[in-house]
Amino acid sequence: MTPYLVALWAITKRESLRFINQRSRFLAALVRPLVWLIVFAAGFRAALGLSIIPPYATYITYEVYIVPGLCGMIQLFNGMQSSLSLVYDQEMGSMRLLLTSRLPRWWLLFCKLLAGVAVSILQVYVFLAIAAAFGIVMPPLGYLYALPALVISGLMLGALGLLISSTIKQLENFAGVMNFVIFPMFFLSTALYPLWKMAESSELLRDICAVNPFTHAVELIRFALYQSFNGMSLLWVALSFVVFMAGSMIGYDPAFGMTRKRPGGKP
Amino acid sequence: MSTLDVSHVTYRYGPKVALDDVSFALERGRFCALLGPNGAGKSTLFSLLTRLLVTREGRITVAGHDLAREPRAALGKIGVVFQQQTLDLDMTVLQNLRYFAALQGLSGAAAQRNIDAALDRLAMRERAGEKARALNGGHRRRMEIARALIHDPEVLLLDEPTVGLDTASRQSITAHVHDLADGGLSVLWATHLVDEIRPRDDVVVLHQGHVLAHDDAAAISGEKSLIDAFIAMTGKAPEERVAL
Repeated sequence: MTPYLVALWAITKRESLRFINQRSRFLAALVRPLVWLIVFAAGFRAALGLSIIPPYATYITYEVYIVPGLCGMIQLFNGMQSSLSLVYDQEMGSMRLLLTSRLPRWWLLFCKLLAGVAVSILQVYVFLAIAAAFGIVMPPLGYLYALPALVISGLMLGALGLLISSTIKQLENFAGVMNFVIFPMFFLSTALYPLWKMAESSELLRDICAVNPFTHAVELIRFALYQSFNGMSLLWVALSFVVFMAGSMIGYDPAFGMTRKRPGGKP
Repeated sequence: MSTLDVSHVTYRYGPKVALDDVSFALERGRFCALLGPNGAGKSTLFSLLTRLLVTREGRITVAGHDLAREPRAALGKIGVVFQQQTLDLDMTVLQNLRYFAALQGLSGAAAQRNIDAALDRLAMRERAGEKARALNGGHRRRMEIARALIHDPEVLLLDEPTVGLDTASRQSITAHVHDLADGGLSVLWATHLVDEIRPRDDVVVLHQGHVLAHDDAAAISGEKSLIDAFIAMTGKAPEERVAL
């Protein structure tokens, strides 16, 4: 194996082991979308009428509608969770270990990112399996087509987490991320309601949703689950990934970024 | 030939000058103590040496590689032990060593050979399967030192490695690293404790971002004890906490 792949394998293995060892995290990651699916969606089913919109060919129930959004939610939380663990690593010093390796920094950070994506995809498929057990089934091939979509959306959301971790200095600031990143991203997207539904209440809300990268991550997954391809969403997600990744590379560059603070937190 | 060469390095945090025109060179097989009170700029210098920070003023070369121009080649020649503990306590000793080897791009037989050598150096082969959490502070530190040597660096940097250890562990680690220097490694050991320094060691005295002296400990102390010489030079004892 080349040195690059050796590092990739080791980092992925470590992140996966960490995830599996933290049972509560695994459980929370699964329970969260299931609560939405079973409780929230059931309540909303009656209140919300959905017309036939692509990629759906027939009327669908609300539970079916929100499944892709919940897949996106899993990845969003996972991206933020990796970001949290990066900030933790920075405080604890193990990030330094990574950054002083002789392999290029961008590659090591990218490995961290990929490892997080792998973990998030694992969670998404477990969630899809449980949803299927509740009778919320996608077309069989859709599960396969969703994989590349999940890789790209996972990368984009992971890169966002990486960017955030490069700007946050302390764990205490992390609660702010929840309020200012996760919630707006999730609620101002097509995860819970389609765009036209948003437009009914406010054009501005619709426009915000339409530029939110998370909307496009959800739509990419939604279309893929129905074996169709949403080029616009792919472009938007890919573009956001590049921007977030470039931002985090600057953030982690010693000449400008996060490391440009006093070492060791000394007075 | 010097393996680590720091030449005219200056670093600022905004308007505050943390390091001012710092120059010194480290010879192969020498134990060099970077002596200075807290806030002298030791940690800043370590961050620059490990490229966690970069500066445009001055030049750092490691085993002939310019850290700014060939960062990867230079970093490959450096082993680092940070002041903060950086082991993954939930992984075993062996897993920690393997993970670090992989971060350096080492795998297979080459990695295994170096890991075995590290375990032997620690006399910890039979404890390789234990979680790092089960080790005491002294053993954890020794393990970090062994880990820092897995990729065969030429320079070993240690930032106050004995902080928080009991006297026996402190002495044993100091002796261990002196042995490593005798074996041909160049060691830069940041400390504010003069009793870790032997008379033949190199000493760089760093105070408020300036290098006040660079010579062997015996020459710096002269007739006096090293601590008295240090106080005469800086006006304060190295243990004293000084705000930067």
